[in-house]
Amino acid sequence: MAAARAQMSPDQAQPLLSVRGLNKTFGGVQALAEVSFEVRPGDILGVIGPNGSGKTTLVNAITGFIKLDSGRVSFQGRDITGWAPHKIVNRGLTRTFQVMRPYFSLPAFKNLIVPLFSNRARRTGGWRGGGRLGSRDTVAVDILEEIGFERESYVPYKVASSLPTGYLKRLELARCLALRPELIICDEVFSGLSMSEMASMVPLMEKLNLEGITLIMVEHRLRELFRLATRVLVMNFGAKIAEGTPEEVMADEQVKEAYFGSEEVYGYV
Amino acid sequence: MARHHEGMRKERLDRGIKVRSDGVYAVGSWREMAFLLAPRLVLILGLLALPLALAQAPYWQKVLSIICIYALLAIGFDFLAHFVGLVSLGGALYIGVGAYLAALLNTELGLPVWATIPLATVLGGGVCTLLLWPCLPLRGVYFAIVSLMFPLLASRIIEALDVFGGTDGVIGVAGFPGVWVEQYLLVVCLLLILFGLRRLVNEDVGLVFRGVKDNDQAVKASGINITTFKALGVFIAASLGCLGGAILAHIYNWAGISQFALDFSIIPIAATVVGGGGTLVGPVIGCLILVPISELLRDFGTLRIAVYALILMAFIVFKSEGLMSFGARKYNQSESWVEI
Ligand SMILES: Nc1ncnc2c1ncn2[C@@H]1O[C@H](COP(=O)(O)OP(=O)(O)OP(=O)(O)O)[C@@H](O)[C@H]1O
Ligand SMILES: [Mg+2]
Repeated sequence: MAAARAQMSPDQAQPLLSVRGLNKTFGGVQALAEVSFEVRPGDILGVIGPNGSGKTTLVNAITGFIKLDSGRVSFQGRDITGWAPHKIVNRGLTRTFQVMRPYFSLPAFKNLIVPLFSNRARRTGGWRGGGRLGSRDTVAVDILEEIGFERESYVPYKVASSLPTGYLKRLELARCLALRPELIICDEVFSGLSMSEMASMVPLMEKLNLEGITLIMVEHRLRELFRLATRVLVMNFGAKIAEGTPEEVMADEQVKEAYFGSEEVYGYV
Repeated sequence: MARHHEGMRKERLDRGIKVRSDGVYAVGSWREMAFLLAPRLVLILGLLALPLALAQAPYWQKVLSIICIYALLAIGFDFLAHFVGLVSLGGALYIGVGAYLAALLNTELGLPVWATIPLATVLGGGVCTLLLWPCLPLRGVYFAIVSLMFPLLASRIIEALDVFGGTDGVIGVAGFPGVWVEQYLLVVCLLLILFGLRRLVNEDVGLVFRGVKDNDQAVKASGINITTFKALGVFIAASLGCLGGAILAHIYNWAGISQFALDFSIIPIAATVVGGGGTLVGPVIGCLILVPISELLRDFGTLRIAVYALILMAFIVFKSEGLMSFGARKYNQSESWVEI
């Protein structure tokens, strides 16, 4: 039925990502409970929730880093449940890690050699197809410069272990961009950033979205997130407790109780 | 001198040439070229000259062949351990598989030496990779233990089922046309593989291998199948061992269960420790030191192993970084005492 309706009204785009009834328990902890949602092309979906509410588990489940107990994930209309992470990535569904995972001993730009080596980057040429034109090193430096690694002060050439958090978060994003993503799931790219780092990160995310990259942003920094997000999904104890526009979510009684009702609200908003 | 250094500290500075040759800058003078090339030339010319130097000592020529075979294993071990993150004790498996394959290809199918060796290298690498494939997700000591089980299993199975000549082994394997062919085949293969692998680990694909070792989650998130790369790493290391094994079978005109001996699993590790892991050259130097020592120690009879162990311990305690890393540092840096 749903498929037929989508064909009848072409303005209603097919969802890019569709998640149905995800469940995952760790020992006795229900980390995900019947989570379902959809993301349309061009969306910026915010995912919020208190600490330990299962946001990172959701990211891991969608991207194949953990095995699900039950539920289905489909991307671009194709069922990707149970696929290995690298296969999912090669379809354009990429993610960042909440705990950054750069290659610390390598210069920043060398960090991008590995994603540029993937099948997808070879086929598509990486972000904006730059890989068709230059060597991997050149493309890597170009990507980094584009997202705020100042080339004139040699930041792309600095060893990753010497870079501050702001750059490491960008490096996580850069890895996704090198893969020419359709969708990036950002796990807390805003946390740990200084005010000035934040000030340039928000426009960067906007720019990526304008280029046609769909975003799912797991965040604790609500003020900035609500400026960006077209829709917001709220999690608590592994379950989705609300979904809607930022305004709708803010007004939801359950959300206020679970999230804003606590003292955390003062820290975050 | 070294005793009067209160209030001073040792300062280490990279020599200018080292700094520049690490970057993109061209090397400008004969002196600088010589500085870069000298260590490589010493190694290349030294290895090429050794068979000639030992021409009057057939016993030591045999030892040189054994050194080269151990060196192939040790390079493979170092590559797997330091660039792929798999600690493999499968050396005996690689040698055994290579030796039996070459021997069988020669005696059963009548293939000549120049065909059995490359075939045994590639097929053997494939066989070993398939055997170890299910163990690839294992890490650290678990992979090591399983890889050690295979050679033990293989020799017991051959013994129990009495296949491939049983305890007698495969006899009547063709020899090399001459000792020079044997020696130079080994030395040239060793040099080509050594420099080839050093090149490989510095290419982009080498970064992927290192990523698999240090940061496998990030590699997965980069759209790369880590199992494929681990398997590729094992294939490379196993092929090197099988090459050694195949040559060994043709040297002794025989392949038998003693080619699954644990020495082939253990000595490469010792050589890597002595020579310096992660350098690929270090393990070769380690073999050049350890294998002759082990030969000289034959006079000690049963005490041989004890003396050998003491030497190894001394190396680990006093120069744990390995000779190659130590030497490279001394070569590339100038040291001086300065006032604090
Ligand atoms: N690998 C694991 N093994 C056991 N329990 C886990 C594992 N991963 C997550 N959990 C548990 O699942 C629950 C959800 O964790 P998750 O990391 O998804 O929360 P989160 O919403 O991302 O939290 P935060 O905001 O702190 O990042 C927590 O109770 C956590 O302890
Ligand atoms: Mg989290």
